[in-house]
Amino acid sequence: MAETGYALEARGIVKIFGNHVALDKVDFGLKPGEVHALLGENGAGKSTLIKILTGAYQPTLGEVLVDGFPVSLNNPQHAQTYGIGTVYQEVNLLPNRSVAENLYLGHQPTRFGFVDRRKMERDSRTVLARYGLDIDPSSELGAHSVAVQQIVAIARAVELSGKVLILDEPTASLDRNEVERLFEIIADLKKSGLAVVFITHFLDQVFAIADRVTILRNGKLIDTKALDNLTRTDVVRLMLGKDIAFSGATKLEENRPLGEVLLDFKNYGRKRSVQPFNLTIHKGEVVGVAGLLGSGRTEMARIMFGADAADEGTVAVAGIQTSIARPTDAIAHGFGFCPEDRKAEGIFGDLSVRENIVIALQGKLGWFSALNRDEQLEIAGRFGEAMDIRAASLDMPVKLLSGGNQQKVILSRWLATDPAFLILDEPTRGIDVGAHAEIVRTINRLRDEGLALVVISSELDEVVAYSSRIVVMRDRELVAELNGENINPGVIVQAIANHKDGVSA
Amino acid sequence: MIRRSLLKLANPQLLALVGVLLINWLLFPNFFRVTWQDGRFFGSLIDVLNRGAPVAILAVGMVGVIATKGVDLSVGAVMAVAGAVAATMVVAGYPAPIAVVAALVVGLLCGLWNGILVAVLDIQPIIATLVLMVAGRGIAQLITEGFIVTFNDPLLIYIGTGSFLGFPMAAVIALVLTIIVTLVVRRTAIGLFIEAVGVNRAAASLAGIRSRMLLLLVYSLSGLCAAIAGIIVAGDIRGADANNAGLWLELDAILAVVIGGTSLLGGRFSVPLAVVGALIIQAMNTGILVSGFPPEFNLIVKAGLIFIVLVIQSPLASRLAPPRLKPAAKVAAK
Repeated sequence: MAETGYALEARGIVKIFGNHVALDKVDFGLKPGEVHALLGENGAGKSTLIKILTGAYQPTLGEVLVDGFPVSLNNPQHAQTYGIGTVYQEVNLLPNRSVAENLYLGHQPTRFGFVDRRKMERDSRTVLARYGLDIDPSSELGAHSVAVQQIVAIARAVELSGKVLILDEPTASLDRNEVERLFEIIADLKKSGLAVVFITHFLDQVFAIADRVTILRNGKLIDTKALDNLTRTDVVRLMLGKDIAFSGATKLEENRPLGEVLLDFKNYGRKRSVQPFNLTIHKGEVVGVAGLLGSGRTEMARIMFGADAADEGTVAVAGIQTSIARPTDAIAHGFGFCPEDRKAEGIFGDLSVRENIVIALQGKLGWFSALNRDEQLEIAGRFGEAMDIRAASLDMPVKLLSGGNQQKVILSRWLATDPAFLILDEPTRGIDVGAHAEIVRTINRLRDEGLALVVISSELDEVVAYSSRIVVMRDRELVAELNGENINPGVIVQAIANHKDGVSA
Repeated sequence: MIRRSLLKLANPQLLALVGVLLINWLLFPNFFRVTWQDGRFFGSLIDVLNRGAPVAILAVGMVGVIATKGVDLSVGAVMAVAGAVAATMVVAGYPAPIAVVAALVVGLLCGLWNGILVAVLDIQPIIATLVLMVAGRGIAQLITEGFIVTFNDPLLIYIGTGSFLGFPMAAVIALVLTIIVTLVVRRTAIGLFIEAVGVNRAAASLAGIRSRMLLLLVYSLSGLCAAIAGIIVAGDIRGADANNAGLWLELDAILAVVIGGTSLLGGRFSVPLAVVGALIIQAMNTGILVSGFPPEFNLIVKAGLIFIVLVIQSPLASRLAPPRLKPAAKVAAK
């Protein structure tokens, strides 16, 4: 170990994309045996910094040091040889191969030049046991829950590298128990001297597990501090650069008279997807949907929007029976849908921010009444400003924006169609505090303007804050509808947990 | 404004075309000489336009397909089918206009078939169109009953070899088609939708784009373009050759589209630049012929060009390219 005492260090990193400065002279030091949280709003430069530390990007200026010695990391595999392993938010493994193959891909134990499957599976079992996983190593990885896959990814990264572990939003798709389990594993790894970088948007988790924190804002290093003498407010202030009032507490919805009925789903369902449910939605109300991952929340949203066709039941829009068999039907009735998986189903990465915003409106207008460039710019500019989308230009590819800004783009896309009903599936997942606040503000504003909304979220505090009513999903079934006094996290948890023991693989 | 539109013209494809033409001129000093004879232009440059037209027409159809992340391998075979239909019908005594329309309809149906396989049955485009690539020549042979059907119909011959305002008919047809398709694609929302489907079909469906209709449209257009090219080629040789008409031209068309800057992964596309790509290919072919090199060089040079284009478009090259630094980092950022 050299004089710095850092296992991994970045000095004076500058990274420029086109004419956008993503990182501006950022220093970062990681000690062995610590958990170091990396915080910042979306677009602050966290991902860019991580990609430089793992060799996925090359810095424009500055250097990366491992154990005090300058190194040039050509790519993530090269970084691995220096002991730097990474686990990304989206599990980057092969879901159609076995757990053991995923653990040992690229360095399988061989025997006479052939893969020694038995040894590989035996070794896998030992490795997995260390992480408290008792699963069959020969089973397909994709058959396990995201949490298990995440742990396999961590195990692989640690086995391969073993000095530095970078976790990029590892908890984004996990529920509470799974997060706890992950934290136990991280604590063990830390004890064994591993240096861990932890990126998350959940401040609770930062305080639960991290020793030090580095905060970035707009590509600049704000500070690196020990967490012992920091409060949550301090951290949030550093991240946002201003004092914000926390409005997250339960603001019970005043008893307003309900608007007219907009939608009436009766015995609406789809085989092997969602049990038939009844749901009436009024204008000017937010129906929160609570439930664990896999409880049928997303499936319910998809059949409401026609992304999957319902095979039983009826739906009436404004009192008139109708059929919603595909998204174009839903959109014609003024529906909009922000899907859970932004990247796979939401954004058009290579297309510009402008095109991403106007596309649904253009889809509604059809092939032959095209919006010209000026109209597109006007619409994109108007909604982009209303949603505070931070993009250097409306003509830049949307894939260069941060997750929070991408989410705002998708929301703007639907607002541009002047919708009557919006379905938002996890609109605030994996995005920063600033964008989060913006989206919650927008939900409240839209409700006050008389829109009907269905919002799916795992954040109970959040659902409680803006919902007029909450439905609870469990085992692909709508099991409870909560009103008034019952809209509080305790009741929801009870409804979710009823008749159901611990969640796991 | 003028300077800006001039700058816009300075894209790599047009520069490459100018480069190839200049090399031709160095190898063959008379390359740019155009003469007027018998009411039409003659010269190597005109030859490039004339010979390049069939691939340019194929490229107009192919670029839309490739932009949706697909590919149409059947266009060469569809050319043979359309040529066979037109030739056998005029030989059987049908009026030429009816024969031409019938050939175009057959091409359109071939494209629609591909579109149904891709859009409705969700078969991978390369396999779906391979079916017709193989079957098409068989169909053409059945239509011509195994012979090369020759004809003397003046309209068909005019389409293949005639001239309009002194320019070869084939080139005029290619130009008109390019303009029409470009306008249709860019003045309507179809171009945007094609790009959206190519970039992310799942997101396109959720955004309310009827991606199936769109796929049917682009494959049908590709079939129609192939039929036009097939009629031109048949008129040119005054006969329909089921075995050799349009042979391997699907590969030239794909190459033209790729040279024109459209990625095989779908997304952004440009119809005019795909046509420029076709002209670059033909300029090389003609250059090698007129400069007296043995035609064997043609294939090697073509392969060399493909290699250079692919290297330029590779991720490595874009990483090596110097980052464009501009001080105006914050335009709309707040």
